[in-house]
This record gives sequence, structure tokens and C-alpha cells, in this order.
Amino acid sequence: MLGKLSLDAIPFDEPIIMGTGAVVALGGVLILGLITYYGQWKYLWTEWITSVDHKKIGVMYFALGLVMLVRGFADAIMMRAQQAIANNDAAGYLPPHHYDQIFTAHGVIMIFFVATPFILGLMNVVVPLQIGARDVAYPFVNSLGFWLSAVGAVLVMLSMFIGDFAATGWVAYPPLSELGYSPTVGVDYYIWSLQVSGLGTTLAGINFVVTILRMRAPGMNLMKMPVFVWTALITNILIVAVFPVLTATLAMLSMDRYFGMHFFTNELGGNAMMYINLIWVWGHPEVYILILPCFGAFSEIIATFSGKPLFGYKSMVYATASIGVLSFFVWLHHFFTMGSGANVNAFFGIMTTIISIPTGVKLFNWLFTMFRGRVRYHSATLWTIGFMVTFAVGGMTGVLLAVPGADFVLHNSLFLVAHFHNVIIGGVVFGCLAGMSFWFPKVFGFTLNEFWGKVSFWCWLIGYWLAFTPLYVLGFMGMTRRMNHYDVPGWHPWLVVALVGAVIIGAGILALIVQIAVSIRDRKQNWDLTGDPWDARSLEWSTASPAPFYNFAHIPDITSLEQHWEDKETGRAGVQPRYYEDIHMPRNTAAGFVISAFSFVLSFALIWHIWALAVIGLIGMIATFIARSYDRDVDYYVPAAEVARIESARYALTRKAA
Amino acid sequence: MNVSVTSIPVARATHEHGHAHDAGSNTVLGFWIYLMSDCLIFSCLFATFGVLAENTAGGPSGRELFDLPYVAGETLLLLISSFTFGMAALGMHAGGRDRMITWLAITFLFGAGFIGMELQEFTHLIAEGAGPGRSAFLSAYFTLVGTHGLHVTAGLGWLAVMMHQAIRFGLDDVVRRRVACLSLFWHFLDLIWICVFTFVYLRGVL
Amino acid sequence: MSGSSVAAHAAHDASHGSVKSYVVGFGLSLVLTALSFGTLMSGLVPHDMALGTITILAVVQLLVQLVFFLHLGAAPEQRNNTVIFLLSTLLIATIVSGSLWVMHNANVNMMPTQMTLERAMSKD
Repeated sequence: MLGKLSLDAIPFDEPIIMGTGAVVALGGVLILGLITYYGQWKYLWTEWITSVDHKKIGVMYFALGLVMLVRGFADAIMMRAQQAIANNDAAGYLPPHHYDQIFTAHGVIMIFFVATPFILGLMNVVVPLQIGARDVAYPFVNSLGFWLSAVGAVLVMLSMFIGDFAATGWVAYPPLSELGYSPTVGVDYYIWSLQVSGLGTTLAGINFVVTILRMRAPGMNLMKMPVFVWTALITNILIVAVFPVLTATLAMLSMDRYFGMHFFTNELGGNAMMYINLIWVWGHPEVYILILPCFGAFSEIIATFSGKPLFGYKSMVYATASIGVLSFFVWLHHFFTMGSGANVNAFFGIMTTIISIPTGVKLFNWLFTMFRGRVRYHSATLWTIGFMVTFAVGGMTGVLLAVPGADFVLHNSLFLVAHFHNVIIGGVVFGCLAGMSFWFPKVFGFTLNEFWGKVSFWCWLIGYWLAFTPLYVLGFMGMTRRMNHYDVPGWHPWLVVALVGAVIIGAGILALIVQIAVSIRDRKQNWDLTGDPWDARSLEWSTASPAPFYNFAHIPDITSLEQHWEDKETGRAGVQPRYYEDIHMPRNTAAGFVISAFSFVLSFALIWHIWALAVIGLIGMIATFIARSYDRDVDYYVPAAEVARIESARYALTRKAA
Repeated sequence: MNVSVTSIPVARATHEHGHAHDAGSNTVLGFWIYLMSDCLIFSCLFATFGVLAENTAGGPSGRELFDLPYVAGETLLLLISSFTFGMAALGMHAGGRDRMITWLAITFLFGAGFIGMELQEFTHLIAEGAGPGRSAFLSAYFTLVGTHGLHVTAGLGWLAVMMHQAIRFGLDDVVRRRVACLSLFWHFLDLIWICVFTFVYLRGVL
Repeated sequence: MSGSSVAAHAAHDASHGSVKSYVVGFGLSLVLTALSFGTLMSGLVPHDMALGTITILAVVQLLVQLVFFLHLGAAPEQRNNTVIFLLSTLLIATIVSGSLWVMHNANVNMMPTQMTLERAMSKD
């Protein structure tokens, strides 16, 4: 009746897990208790869980990313500590099977449940505001997409306490990920958490493509869109284009595991290389999906804080589009060493080298934006400069790895690990944290504490370089990735330095948390009364901070690339309209949350082979979706008088600030 | 004092022009993009089938298993259902609710016939020992054709819901745009089937 | 009927279809399907031309159904869907042909049952 599930699934004999579980359980009880004590369940339900407001959904995505960042970092520091200890006779404190799950979980969490929610969060908050729209094209689907992602994260977290997680690395190559070599539920947790969250991401991709193509304010043709919107457009096209490949590939792996099929097994004709081929057809565009919105954020930030328009708008657009197109032609560089001949390797090696060129164009454009500007060194600027230096190095090591001959030496060494952390931390993490501090006041109405922001930045920057430069060296010295133990004494000091670096990154994360706490505490001193705390350039800064739920009382008419800046220059900014209209808005709905809850039931049941429960989960998902389709009361009109009231209060506040 | 609400002339304007139509065409555009992503899933399954087609592991190959006249029958049913859906769509555009529902029901019958034939085919293969676990070729075959069949089945469910919603709500904007989406879905399934019968069945017996 | 209303009617037909266009599409598809099955079942087409023949027939039938059933075309209301479809096709072609190339290459290099020295030394 309960499939494979039993009390044996709980790892009572693993003290680290049990300890963590106790902390999580207590913390969870505490949070639930506090919500109950302060009577906030109704508020949470009506204002957040059932919200279809893109700004709220964006906040929830970003918050999910921040929570999972702590978990992913915990995995990281455990690995660093293990490697700093486990030299020669010392075995370290993590047995290999446990270590393998940690590096797998670390990768899965950071890519799927930190970086992806971060960029989806930023795009959710910013894109509709930047294009002068009231919401995204499909608000209910937006909510559904978020809750599906959350379910994926919950499944990964749950795997730690009930069962185990995959021990295959974050891309789970067969035959290791097949039943023969991974008989436990770990790979099944992996598969279903990625299938569910992947569905959410795909839905978000479709949503944003239609939003950007169809809901721009009148006059905003494609070449008048802010660069962040361009990067969002290309990113979401990439999402729609490649996540189906991940879905299909994981589905085939699950066919092998659940139905005894032979897609990727060693026996009866399976071909594991096909999995590797397909997973990287997805995997390479995936990393461009993660980085492009960050490039967009940096563009907005550097233009704002240099007091100048972004240099080379057109070339930025073309560079972004080129990166998008080229990202489909490089995927084999992830497996140069796995059996293809010289011609194939040469083609993909050359394409990989070419893809660095448009990125170089962008880098020069950012530098030229700063040149002769009046640069203000806000923490967002520091993140941007830190990114430019760090990412440039990471890109260069990527071009080095793109040479198949070099890759034969460096593949799966720590050099590779250093390269991708170089570009992901220097690019994605720095970009998302920069975007967070830049757009925070637009969402919450007050600015973040600058001191702690700068502390966080310096810790991250110094910590990153200390943690990963040794890994470049170790890669050249021949150290392989994912090693739980080694016996080359020359490696040991470098790994100790790397641990120190990781601790400093930890301090950076702590500083981030302190920053948020202190900013909330001091919010009354830091209200953004004008809606434009940075003297910025694009349309979102023309709204109040926080933006009203309908974003714009009147959809603006666009005549300029930097509409808000131009309005400020010509004195049209901040002028209260003479009349207001009724505004058409979507209603909140529980359907997204409920469908996702059923998806959790379905996934958990599939993982543990509880077939009856799986059927219930599936029927629940479908029935809720159909029921939603019968609901004809999905939108409403905000009366003009209500809009007038909100807007008048806003303008009164602005006048007070002036 | 702050500007009084009463002194601001409040215009009870109608919603932004073209709003209702825009919402409909936004839905169809988004659905079309989803359909393209679905095409990609099928492409991966086709590519995998292409790679694994010769890997019969000593078991039966397409030449031994595929019954071309039977597949021709399935193809005919699906093709007719595409045509009858077209008639339903024309009925909808002409505002004929009952005409649309009748043609949708006929489409349902042909689609169900297709699924019935396919289920029989699969059961027969499994009974003969040529199930999906027999070889990589058969795994790829069952998954590709089965995924198409699952989509058709989902389409049948959607047909049923739409017929009921048309009865319940009439041909309002919401029903129309959903039938438009279903129409794209249904035709697209026949497109996929063209690739299936050509590159799986016909090619398989070469 | 006046000229402009004929044109408007035609444009409307292009994006929604008419009984005539569905019948034409259906008829053509029937013929093409029959030809495809006939290629394999009649034995009239030489074996080495069979694959090419059915591929061409499939592509033609795909185009027929795209135009007559899915209403893709160049008219303004149809253009968006058509462009998106073409881009998707390019993507699918890249992924499918790229995968087939890579996998074939890997299979040849990694599963050499009877490989000559010459073949082993070749750089592909």
C-alpha cells in the first residue's frame, strides 16, 4: 500500500542529517507558530499564496532562491571541509556515498533552485514594469509556474530526510543513474523534482515570450525596449526551446527505471551516449539562460550609475541574439573526450570559441558606458565591476577549454570546476545580487542598507577568488573533480586555501541576510518617496515605490528608448494625470497552488512507487485544472475612483519629498 | 491639502481598445509556442528512435512486427478526424454551436477509434514478447508512438470538456479561443503522425 | 461581389479555412498517404529509392496540412505563427541532425567491430 516507503527510509544512523532535520523541524515549527501567533495565515493566503501579481510572484521566486542558496552553500562548505581534511591517511568525515549525494545536490540546487528562481524572479518583477504593462500575459500560469518550482525544491529538500538523493552528479549520466547502479529512490527524487520544476520553467518561458512580444506599451517597438527586456526575451525563447529536451530526456530515463526499458542501459541495445548528447543539448543553452538576464541587469545598472545611456544599444541587442543562436551549436564541448572523432570535436570547438565574441562586445560596451560617465559607486556598481573582472577571466578559461586538445587534459579536473564557478558566481550570482539591490526599492518601497551590501560584495569577491583560484592550479596539477579523498600531499595546501575562501563566501551570505534584516529594521529612514531613488533611466522608475498593484494608472505612450529619463529632462515626469480610468486586473486564484500541491503528491508517490496515491495526485492536478477552466469569474475592474485615491496619495508623498 | 478625488473628473472609460480580441489572440499565440515546444519533445523522441532503431538486441525488428495495412487504417481514422475537426471549426466560425458540437463528437469517435486500434496493437506486441523492455528499438518505438497516443488521449478528454463547455456557456469568447487552441493541437497531432507512419512504420519495414 | 470584399473574403478564408480548402487538404493528404504506403507495399519503387520517396511524400503532406489545416501562410494574421513555426523547424533540424551526426560518429569510433587500420587512422 505504501510502495517502497517505510520507516527505514529515514536515515536515523546519519547524525549530520538527523541534526539538520532537527534544526529544520524546529525552525519550521517556529515559523508556523509565529505565523499563527500573529494571525497572518489569511494575509499570507490572500496576498501571496494565491497572488497572480507578477511583482509578488517575482519576490517569491527570489526568496525561494535565497533559501536554497543557504542549503546549496551548506553542501559546498561541507565538500570544501572534507577535501581540506581528507589527505592521505585521513578519511575525512563524509563517507563516499554521502559525499556523492552532496556534490550532486549542490549542483542541482544551485542551478535549478537558486540561479533559475533568481532570474525568473528578476524577470517577473522587472519586465512588465519596463515595457509599460500591467502584468504578464498569463497571470494564473505565472502563479502555477512558481508553485511548481517550489514543489521541485521541496522534493529535493525532502530527499535528505526521507530516502536519499541521487549520487550521480548533477546531470545524472547513465548507466550510473539507471536502476542497476542506482537502485535507491535518489535518482527518482532527482527526476521528478526536475520534471515538475522544469514544467514550471517552461510555462514561465512561454509566458514571458508572449508578454514581451504582445504587451509592450504603444510606441515601444522592439528597438525601443530596455536591454534587460531584450535579454529576457532571448532567455525565454531559449527556455521554450530547450527545456522540452530536458523533459524528454528525463522521461526516457524514467522509462528505463520504471518500465524496464533500454534507452540508456548497457544491456539490450541501450546507448548511454544518447542521454549525454541530449542532456547537453539542453545543458548548454541552460547556462546562457542563466547568464543573459544578468547581462541585462548589469546593462541597466551600469547605465544608471554612470549617468549615461548604455553604450552601443544596437550592438548589445545583436550580441544578445547572437549568443542565443550560437548557444545551440556548441553542446558537444561538454563531452569532447567521450568518443567523437576529430572533425566533430573541431566543429564544436570552433563554434565554442566563436561564442565568446559577442560576449566580448558586451564587455566593451559596458566599459564604454562607464567611460566619461559620472560613476557612482553604489554596491550595485561594485557588483558590476566585480563581475566584469571576474567573468572575463572565467570566459577566457572557457575559451581555453574550448580547444579539444586542451580539454582532453582538463576535462573533469578542478580546472573545469573552477571555470564554471568562475562564470556562474562572477556572472549569475553577482548579477542577481546586483539586480536585487538595484530593484529592491521598486518592490518594497525602501532601499537596502548600503554598508552591509558592500560588506557582502567584498566577502563574495574575495571569497570567490580565494576559493577558486586554487582550483585552477589544482586542475593543472591533475586533481580530478568530485574526489572524496586523495593521496597527493601537494594538493593539500591549495584545498585549505579554498576552504578559507568558502568560509569568506559564507560571510558574504551572512552579510546578505544581515543586510536584509537591518534594512527592514531601518526601513522608515529609507523610504523611497519618489519612486526613483537612483535617478534612473527606464520606465519602471516612473512608478511609485512600491509600484501599485496595477503598475500604471495610464499605459504610457513611448517615444524614446529611455522614456523615464526623457520625461525627467523635458519636465513631463511626475505630473499627475487629470483623470483616471477603470483598470482591468486578473483575480487571485488558489488553482496554481492547488495544482502544484497535487503535483507534489504525484511526484512523491511516483518516487516511492505508491501507485494509488500517484493516480490520486494526477487526477487532482487534471481535475483542478479543468475546474479552473469552468471559472468565468477570473478578472475584475478596479474602479477609477480607487485608482485616483491610490495615485493621489502617491503624488502627495512625492510632493512631501520634494 | 492633497488633491481631492472629487475634483478630478473620473472617466468611466471602456477598457483599452481591442482588449478582448487581443486577449484571445495572445492565448492562441502562447498555445502555438507551447505546441512548438511539444514538437521539440517529439523531435527528441524521433532522434532517439533514429539512433536506436537498429538496436534490436537479437529481438524482433520492425520488418517482423509492423502490419502496414493496420497502420494505414489507423492513419485513415486520424486523418478523417482532422478533417471533421476542420468542419467543427467552420461551424464555430459561422456561430453554429450545435453544428460545432456535432462535428466535435464525430471527431471524438474517430480519435477514439484510433486509440482503440493503437491499444490493440500494443497489447498484441506485448503478448508476443515484443514489449518495450525487449530491446532499445522497442523502447524507443513504444515511447514515441505511446507519447503520441497519450497526446491524442488528452485531446479526447479536452474534446469532451469543450463539448460540455459549449453546451453550458454557448459560443462565448472563452469557448471559441479554447476550441481554436484545441484545433491547433488536434491538427498538430496528425502532423506528428505523418512523421510516425513514415519514419517509424514505413521506414521500419525497408 | 465587389473586388475588395472578395479579397477580404479570401484573406479571411486563409486564416480560418473553408469547406473547399479542408476538402482539398483532406483529399491531397489521402492521396499522399496512399502513395507512401503504396511505395512500400506495392514493390513498384526500387528499394534504394524508397526512403527518399517516402520522405519527400511526408514533407509534402506536412506542408499540405500546415497550409490547409493549420492555416500557415504569409497573410498578415498568419505571419506570426508561420515565422515561429519556421524558427522551430530550424531548431529541430539542428538538434535532430546534430544528434544523429554526433551519435553516428561516436558509434563508429567507439564500437569498431571490424575496423581497418586505415579507418582507425582517419580523422573523422
